[in-house]
Amino acid sequence: MFVRLVYESFRRQKRRKLLAGAAITLGVTVATAMIAVATDIGDKINRELRTIGANLLVTPQEDSLDVEIGGVNLKPPSDGAFLDEADLPKIKSTFWHNNIAGFAPMLPVNVKIERDGQQQDVTLLGTYFAKQLSFGKDNFTTGVRSTHPWWRVSGSWPGDNSRDILIGEKLAGRLGEKSGDELSVSGRQFRVSGILSTGATEDDQIVAPLAIAQEILGKPGAVRRVYVSALTKPEDALARRDPKSLSGPMYDRWYCSPYPQSIAYQLQEAIPHSHAEQIRQVAQNEGTVLTRIEGLIFLITLASLLASALAVSAAMATAIFERRAEVGLMKALGASKLAVASIFFAEATLLALIGGLAGFAAGGLLARQVGRSIFDSQIGIQPVLLPVVLVVAVLVTFAGSAAAIRRAVQLDPVFALRGEL
Amino acid sequence: MSTPPATSASSDSARNLAASRSQGPHTSMFLRMLLRAAVLRRGRATSALLAVVVAAAAATAMLTLFVDVQAKLQREFRNFGANIIIVGRDGASLPADTLPRVESTLTGRGLVAPFAMVVARTSDGQPVVVAGTDFDRVRQLDRWWSVDNWPSAPQQALIGVRVRSTISSSAAAATSQPFDLIFQGHVIHLRPAGTVQTGAAEDSRIYLSLSDFFAWTGVQASTIEVAANGSADEVTAIMHQLSQAVPAADVHPVRQIVEGEARVLGKTRSTLVAATVLIILTAGLCVLSTLMGWVFDRRRDFAIMKAMGASQRLLNGFFAAEAAALGATGAVIGFIVGIGIAAWIGRVNFHAPIEPRFGVLPIVVAVSIAVTLLSAILPISLLRHVQPAVILRGE
Repeated sequence: MFVRLVYESFRRQKRRKLLAGAAITLGVTVATAMIAVATDIGDKINRELRTIGANLLVTPQEDSLDVEIGGVNLKPPSDGAFLDEADLPKIKSTFWHNNIAGFAPMLPVNVKIERDGQQQDVTLLGTYFAKQLSFGKDNFTTGVRSTHPWWRVSGSWPGDNSRDILIGEKLAGRLGEKSGDELSVSGRQFRVSGILSTGATEDDQIVAPLAIAQEILGKPGAVRRVYVSALTKPEDALARRDPKSLSGPMYDRWYCSPYPQSIAYQLQEAIPHSHAEQIRQVAQNEGTVLTRIEGLIFLITLASLLASALAVSAAMATAIFERRAEVGLMKALGASKLAVASIFFAEATLLALIGGLAGFAAGGLLARQVGRSIFDSQIGIQPVLLPVVLVVAVLVTFAGSAAAIRRAVQLDPVFALRGEL
Repeated sequence: MSTPPATSASSDSARNLAASRSQGPHTSMFLRMLLRAAVLRRGRATSALLAVVVAAAAATAMLTLFVDVQAKLQREFRNFGANIIIVGRDGASLPADTLPRVESTLTGRGLVAPFAMVVARTSDGQPVVVAGTDFDRVRQLDRWWSVDNWPSAPQQALIGVRVRSTISSSAAAATSQPFDLIFQGHVIHLRPAGTVQTGAAEDSRIYLSLSDFFAWTGVQASTIEVAANGSADEVTAIMHQLSQAVPAADVHPVRQIVEGEARVLGKTRSTLVAATVLIILTAGLCVLSTLMGWVFDRRRDFAIMKAMGASQRLLNGFFAAEAAALGATGAVIGFIVGIGIAAWIGRVNFHAPIEPRFGVLPIVVAVSIAVTLLSAILPISLLRHVQPAVILRGE
């Protein structure tokens, strides 16, 4: 009888059930989509923040002091220590290798360029553009095109194994060089594949594949510094502690959190004779920006959850108020308060489950759509969320119906049947 | 209903009576029905009102946040430091009046810090980059500099962490013992005040105050860093004004910062738009479903009024007025709640107040009245052709 009552109520009152069900579905859709976006937004914004540039710098441990003004290094190029290029793929062996978005080695060399019989001193910067590397079974591409996304080239990017070079736009302006021209650098002929514009000191320099800089310097495998772009977690009190002073479990927690400090520490372990440090301008500030945006989306999600819960409650309350006559009839026929209430609660549960399922599916699609159209990447939804969302949907529906059900049940059947009140 | 007076002598008062009869009782009856409907069906009216309030509050909060949050995030991005750099053409020093000119062009729309640089030698002949700057300004502009103690007196220097071993044999001595620097035969005697660490080129430099630096080397500032406030368009405008104010210099954006900021802000804005649209749409649809249920449920009232001779126009007017009153009340309450939510989010997340935007109020009121009207009119027009007798008999 109970099952039949509930079944018939769904079969006959399609409009009412549809309205209440639609409210629940919509509420769950928005809640699911917002939760999915909120849990993923940190990672997504972190990746966007990487466009501000590398946040870690690896230098040789025993390096001599840089004497650099306006991008011109007055230190003799062969002076000081170097890192070994062969060690670089080991960056991918660190604990947080999945968080390393990219790295670019740099080797500045002082060169002489010859133009109409006149000699000129400029800096040639050797680097990776989009170099194919492999570590173990891992194949990956890295270089300035991912770590320095604000570098722009008119013409084409040189290949990492080619003899092509880029000329900074200011230098090119002075020399009257265009892409496709030939340039003689320290007695060697190179083809200029493009003009580089960065808005910084590289505009006065020549940028070439790393191998060319090493050849000119006469030190194969030499790298002066490596810029590493890593996805990090905003630093907190633990991050600022000295790892040497931490106890065992605290040290493990520190080591296994993607703080800029701990990733730098791991880079230092991976690359022999190196010193890694966070570039504070980027690392410190991206932490605050990230915290703010994450906090904002979190609070908005909270507010939207509250709004959908209230909206669902209002819809449920209305749906139950409509059925006072029915309650009166049931009670007149001898149904107990408990029986009436349990019918309503059963209906509410059924509605919440159906609406919750539909809403979860729709919310997942919505989150994917948001991820694809805004961030050009997937926003996944954890299946673990489904039971949570369903339970919350049922609870909210119950909470919304409870007051209305109580009033309906306490109604005198006589008044209810006569349509009064 | 008011009782008409039994007698009336003058035609004048008769006309008045006719007028008051055709209008007065109708109007007061109309209002009374509206009010009584709200009071008698408190529960129903409250739940319908709740739906409107929630929708209006969500809309108000999102619209208020949407405008303010971008300004707040832009301010966060200014912690990344300069977004405009002014340098002398071809490495030359800037004219002495550049800084005041830049300041007067900016008129408080940003922060400025001048830098001058030379290569000097330590007493044992090691080359080192020495920079002159204004410490108070740098402190404001480059907040990521990790400095243990800022210089406060003349002849005090800030030492980059990597320079310590160059000026002294031990790191501890470098931060306490006085040292000499030589530039083109001129010697300056300095005391270290503290060390600076940034992870970048600053670590390999020694910083002095600009006045000490000029007295020692005679070199003027060659670079001015500007952190201009505002949106991308405003920053571009400021850059344009600056290049006109100092024609002798090159003014260019720090692309790294400007482009990164634009990207992150753009994505955040899109996420906010998506969230705003979603939330407003859901809340609106919930209002629609709640109100439609409510109006549909009152088909008995509708039938009785119709049976007593009310015209379809009057009925439409009645339900429309009821819906509009509900929409307006809900919108105003929702607006207040929404402002509260926006202010709370601003305080918790940005530690700064978010100004209420009263321009949002008319939009919220208009839209919520439109939604409530729609949700009242839809069921009424469905019931239009139904005979009152059918409804009253409960079929």
